[in-house]
Amino acid sequence: MPTNQTTAEAIRVMTICNACRYCEGHCAVFPAMERQTVFTQNNIDFLSNLCHQCGACYQHCQYADPHEFGINVPAVFEQARRESYTQFLWPTFMQPAVLHGGKFMATTLLLAISLFFLAIVGLSGMSKIFAPQVNFYNLMPHSVMAGAFSLSAVMVVVSWWMTLRRYWHSISLPSPGSIRMSTYRVALASALTLKNLDGGHGEGCYESGESPSLWKRRHHHLVLIGFVLCFFATLLGTFYHYSLNVPAPYGWLTLPKILGVTGGIMLLVGCAGLFWIKQTADQRLVSHDNGYGSSLTALLFLTSLTGLGLPIAKGTGALGFLLAVHLGCVLALFLNFAWGKFIHGFFRFIALLADEHQKTKKN
Amino acid sequence: MTSKTHFDVIVLGGGLAGLTAAITAAETGATVCLLEIAPRALRGGNTRHTRNLRPMHASGAFPMEGAYDFDEYLDDLLRVTAGDTNHALAELTIRESNHALTWLQEHGVAFQRPLSGTLHLGRTNAFFLGGGKALVNSLYRFAVQLGVHTIYEATDIALNISGDRFVDLTYQQINNTHRISGKSLVTAAGGFEANLDWLEEAWGPAAKNFLVRGTPYNKGDILRQLLDAGFKQIGDAAQCHAVAIDGRAPAYDGGIVSRVDSVPLGIVVNNEGKRFYDEGQDFWPKRYAIWGRLIAAQTDQIGYAITDAKAEGLFMPTVLPPLKSTTIDDLAKQINIPADSLQKTIGEFNAATVSGSFDHQALDECHTEGLPINKSHWARQIDTPPYSAYPLRPGITFTYLGVAVDDRARVQVEHGNPSENIFAAGEMMAGNILGRGYLAGIGMTIGNVFGRIAGREAARHAN
Ligand SMILES: Cc1cc2nc3c(=O)[nH]c(=O)nc-3n(C[C@H](O)[C@H](O)[C@H](O)COP(=O)(O)OP(=O)(O)OC[C@H]3O[C@@H](n4cnc5c(N)ncnc54)[C@H](O)[C@@H]3O)c2cc1C
Ligand code: SF4
Ligand code: SF4
Repeated sequence: MPTNQTTAEAIRVMTICNACRYCEGHCAVFPAMERQTVFTQNNIDFLSNLCHQCGACYQHCQYADPHEFGINVPAVFEQARRESYTQFLWPTFMQPAVLHGGKFMATTLLLAISLFFLAIVGLSGMSKIFAPQVNFYNLMPHSVMAGAFSLSAVMVVVSWWMTLRRYWHSISLPSPGSIRMSTYRVALASALTLKNLDGGHGEGCYESGESPSLWKRRHHHLVLIGFVLCFFATLLGTFYHYSLNVPAPYGWLTLPKILGVTGGIMLLVGCAGLFWIKQTADQRLVSHDNGYGSSLTALLFLTSLTGLGLPIAKGTGALGFLLAVHLGCVLALFLNFAWGKFIHGFFRFIALLADEHQKTKKN
Repeated sequence: MTSKTHFDVIVLGGGLAGLTAAITAAETGATVCLLEIAPRALRGGNTRHTRNLRPMHASGAFPMEGAYDFDEYLDDLLRVTAGDTNHALAELTIRESNHALTWLQEHGVAFQRPLSGTLHLGRTNAFFLGGGKALVNSLYRFAVQLGVHTIYEATDIALNISGDRFVDLTYQQINNTHRISGKSLVTAAGGFEANLDWLEEAWGPAAKNFLVRGTPYNKGDILRQLLDAGFKQIGDAAQCHAVAIDGRAPAYDGGIVSRVDSVPLGIVVNNEGKRFYDEGQDFWPKRYAIWGRLIAAQTDQIGYAITDAKAEGLFMPTVLPPLKSTTIDDLAKQINIPADSLQKTIGEFNAATVSGSFDHQALDECHTEGLPINKSHWARQIDTPPYSAYPLRPGITFTYLGVAVDDRARVQVEHGNPSENIFAAGEMMAGNILGRGYLAGIGMTIGNVFGRIAGREAARHAN
């Protein structure tokens, strides 16, 4: 693999960090760095994905700007991470989705909303879409929706499989079956608790400056839990529909609704929080990513907002339009799952797994 | 800029000593102004480059890995200074160091287990999580919260001292002159290690080839003014802590990463290609400080640490790769020393090694016999290419010359009573306790202990 500019800079930075090691206690990156004998494209792909962008090592670096070494680990790692997403993305012709994340989101969102709008018009006629509606299956049959999203889901899973196995092999992880269960457990725990966002002292990260804060971690938890709740709400809805023969819409006090509404609200709050943190972040830590990072937050926010709007719009003329927008958001979100920022979670989990694996191998 | 021009306490210098003094004084309710010569991004002096301090402690509770009691600490201090210490102040420092960890933790400083490669310090030294700059940031945050008036880029501070009393001072900021007065003055502006002219007075022209490991701002201006005002000097300028570092390091602020730990694994030659000292006398952390002086004594103040392939991976990685070659002749050419001389030195060295089992983590039995300068440990033949060379220069860490203080951190007058309102803390007065030698972590310990004493006493005087 040719080493490009970002990798060369990451290697320069890691060489200095490895001679210094003052940040050893902040996160998993530095102990992992010390285990490497040389720095290469492959272990930069590993180390950069292990970095959770907490900012501690930048705020505390004795060699940061204006020092002539100009060390900034989070900035170069953010860039390197994004390049690793690009490089391993399958199919490769989708790489612009990473390089121009904002445009990709805007285009897919617009197309998807139009598509659903036209589909509703096609399926139920122009007159119906703006007429007061109680049940959205009158606008678009359940089978059509389920069909469209099942197909998208298959596409998402296939591209995950292809993308992630390439990353997996490149950072020298052995076959999934030969990794110990306990290794998976520890890595999963670090991923889910966002252990590496605690600064090493439990007080949080330094994205917005010199004082540690736990808010990024909290908001990320809200988003993740909210997402999982919504995911289960959907699964449960599908189960009700096919197995119990109870079709939507569900009342406020049914399990799918409770999960969905709780999850949706958590997503709204969490995404707004993450967005706000990004706005107030120390500018030296963030690089211009053409909207790549924010597109996931934006889509999750819009999807839950429109999703929560549906029951409220029930019985009004807005339901049809809102449905098209909501389904458009969901479809754009699916595309983000496959080729957008969503994959950062998997890359990070795999990096955490590789870290744990290297540690157990060493002992 | 506020227009406030009178304070209870003025503190000069915002490293550990100054910050500790400012916080301590402000916590008693005093109004405090802290003047720092560096811009905000480079504040914190040498404290920014530190990683640990050495507190006396009764147990192995986190982050310590075992107890370190008063007697052992005092023994260590007396040993490294060869008795060149003010006993009363040394004992005071050690006793008070017992509270250093708690004090720092209460002010937001986090600790961690010893860094890899420093396990030998795990019992005696407490490591700052994220290093000295993390500590500096925490303390500034506290100082600001307490209302300490902090002024950066305060240059050309000129003290107005009448007799032995501080009256007021002027400083420049962005081409404007300001005058402020204070009831007490705490001087904590570090040593003069970045002042090569001053060092030259003691070291001669050799000083021009010294690299400064820490901040470029510690030029000793304040110290000089105190000495010129007649306060009592302690130590002499020829004493300084200088270690052997990579000759290619930045002229200032190279810090920890300029270290080269390969010396004990090979030989060191000067630019005539000759060895000049026992490279294997003891473990490198115990010896690197004498190597600064040894190299300062060579022509052009340069040395070369030469190793072969067998040494690779056995020492801490360096920032810059060594100069490398598959032949000794070519290596000599790269470092610009006579090839035949280097060949001869290595040939004689190889012939003098006696076989034994090599262990770089113990004082092993590999040594040489019959050379004018033998190597006591880790002596293996230099015979396996590629060969590596690191250029070495003296890197100055800090100076010992300072101002004499009493147990209340008041600066001493040559003959007579101490000043009633001028105090000193940190490296400016460390020579009272550490007359020579070095004990890892003692600098920061003195900074915190005397920072607290000076802050308390300065505030008390102001009330
Ligand atoms: C690379 C390196 C590593 C070190 N590691 C350790 C370690 O791990 N443990 C340890 O105990 N010791 C260590 N030391 C020594 C330690 O740095 C000092 O003992 C300690 O920082 C002294 O604290 P201080 O506050 O007196 O000085 P400093 O931290 O140097 O602070 C002095 C401050 O005064 C300011 N100043 C200077 N001149 C003026 C002026 N004229 N006007 C206004 N302000 C001025 C400076 O800008 C600076 O901010 C290390 C030193 C170096 C160079
Ligand atoms: S980020 Fe800076 S302080 Fe931290 S390990 Fe790297 S070089 Fe050292
Ligand atoms: S930014 Fe945070 S997570 Fe990333 S390397 Fe630095 S300390 Fe570790």
